Amino acid sequence: MTGSIASPWTGSPAAAKAPRDPTPLLLLPGIAMLVLMFLVPMVLFFVRTFMEFQGGTAAFLAQARSLLFSQPYLTALATTNWIALIVTLAVLLVGYPIAYYLTTATGPSFSLVVLSIVLPYFTSIIVRTFSWMVLLGEHGLVNDTLRAIGVISEPLPLMYNRLGVLIGMSYVLLPYMVLTLYAAMRGIDTSLVRAAEGLGASGFYTFRRVYFPLSLHGVLSGALIVYILSIGYFITPALMGGQHDIMVAMLIDRELEVAVDWPSAALMSLSLLVVTLALYAIYYRVTDVRRLIGAR
Amino acid sequence: MRRWAAFLLRLYVAAACVCLLAPILIVVILAFSGEGYLHFPPASLSLQWFARFFGDLQWQHALMSSLLIGAIACLVSTTVGFFAAYAFLRAEFRGKKLLLSLMLTPIIVPSIITAIAMYYLAGRLGLIGNFLWLGLCHAVIAMPIVLLILLAALHAVDPNLERAALGLGGSRLRVFYRIVLPLALPGILSAALFAFLASFDELLISLFLAGVRAQTLPVRIWNSLNLQVEPTIAAVSAFLIGVTTLILAADGILRHRRGRRRQTAG
Repeated sequence: MTGSIASPWTGSPAAAKAPRDPTPLLLLPGIAMLVLMFLVPMVLFFVRTFMEFQGGTAAFLAQARSLLFSQPYLTALATTNWIALIVTLAVLLVGYPIAYYLTTATGPSFSLVVLSIVLPYFTSIIVRTFSWMVLLGEHGLVNDTLRAIGVISEPLPLMYNRLGVLIGMSYVLLPYMVLTLYAAMRGIDTSLVRAAEGLGASGFYTFRRVYFPLSLHGVLSGALIVYILSIGYFITPALMGGQHDIMVAMLIDRELEVAVDWPSAALMSLSLLVVTLALYAIYYRVTDVRRLIGAR
Repeated sequence: MRRWAAFLLRLYVAAACVCLLAPILIVVILAFSGEGYLHFPPASLSLQWFARFFGDLQWQHALMSSLLIGAIACLVSTTVGFFAAYAFLRAEFRGKKLLLSLMLTPIIVPSIITAIAMYYLAGRLGLIGNFLWLGLCHAVIAMPIVLLILLAALHAVDPNLERAALGLGGSRLRVFYRIVLPLALPGILSAALFAFLASFDELLISLFLAGVRAQTLPVRIWNSLNLQVEPTIAAVSAFLIGVTTLILAADGILRHRRGRRRQTAG
């Protein structure tokens, strides 16, 4: 499992021998860009917003407490985690067999499945969300078809509710899961599976006791990355959700666009950011960050 | 029993692939609808929505903004990302894995937070609606993608070739231009394509920073999805899907060439 990850973190022998290697200096433009364009705005946004708060530290802490324990925030927090959990489980269940199939497939069928994963993956999120809006709307394809074959007489509410959010987000996040699982499964030594079968284990027993435990690493990485991306999600729930599907990211946006309340937006952003980075730290511990976008 | 399981798996994967591709194909078909509203399947076909997309001054302006901002983001992030990827692969230093994971944080941090923070700074600096600034902001998001693609792609380039060139008396700069760059070129081009795509499809940062002047295609789609869904969006979406498809095809060709090089080198 870890064998495939052990590719060179060590530099070339040439770099090691040279006494003063200038190569690390090539990192500077990238670091500078991230610091100036990413870190500075982030820190400035938090620090300045909190500093500009009128009324001193005590009042600020009081407002922070009342905000973070307010009903809308707690509801959004619960909604966000619930949606993230369901989406993670859904894409795991849907994606696991696909990833497994990819490890066994060759030739055109392999290419076709990869295309089916990668084409949506690299299509704009807003386009993908729009296409589901067309499919799930009151007069969308799904409702029209069901009505035409007489299954239903009234259109089903498939959008502007929790179901729409779950479908849309699962569709957007499935490729991350499949690519992560596939990368992990490709490293599984299949001779172990054959050995178990040779010793007389049934197919299901072999899967449960040999293959699945070996793939757990990929399951954990995939679940983490999907969960991390889910809790910060904005576009799909904002377009496909109803009034009971307010996620934290949407609440932050609303705080700015509607209430123009920078301190509240900053507080909620900070809490979301801390959780995200904590999960990313776990991800960093359990997996290889180079697999973040499933780059092969 | 086993054959049945294999058959069921194939059936399931085939169904899943249909579900994955269907939404995209349906939007492309809708874009050619001859009707006045979004209905599938369309009763007649026409190019009216594409005509409206390319004929409308506002959509044209959005397309130009997207292309310009994408070009800036692509150029900056590919250059910066290539240098970083090269250093990660060839140099020896402490904390390499930690530094890499820090440089990848822009794809982990929720875009709404990144967008608001960038909006805060741009507002202070009076840079809302500035194309160059928006391009640079997109470069921050695209750089981690460039980095990851190049780490995978440059992996196959043999460091011994550089060693040999250095040993034969080439200066570092000359070796970089004559050996490193040509060998890495297919990977760099792939990375550049995906960097462009990352900017071209980006919504939230553009939404906050575009102002009125620099509205990109995704921003315009977002605005009209929130007001009323007009069929022109299907044509714009189909156009974006077309760009993605072209970029994936180009990447496939580059990957193929990279594979051939690996064979001749190995």
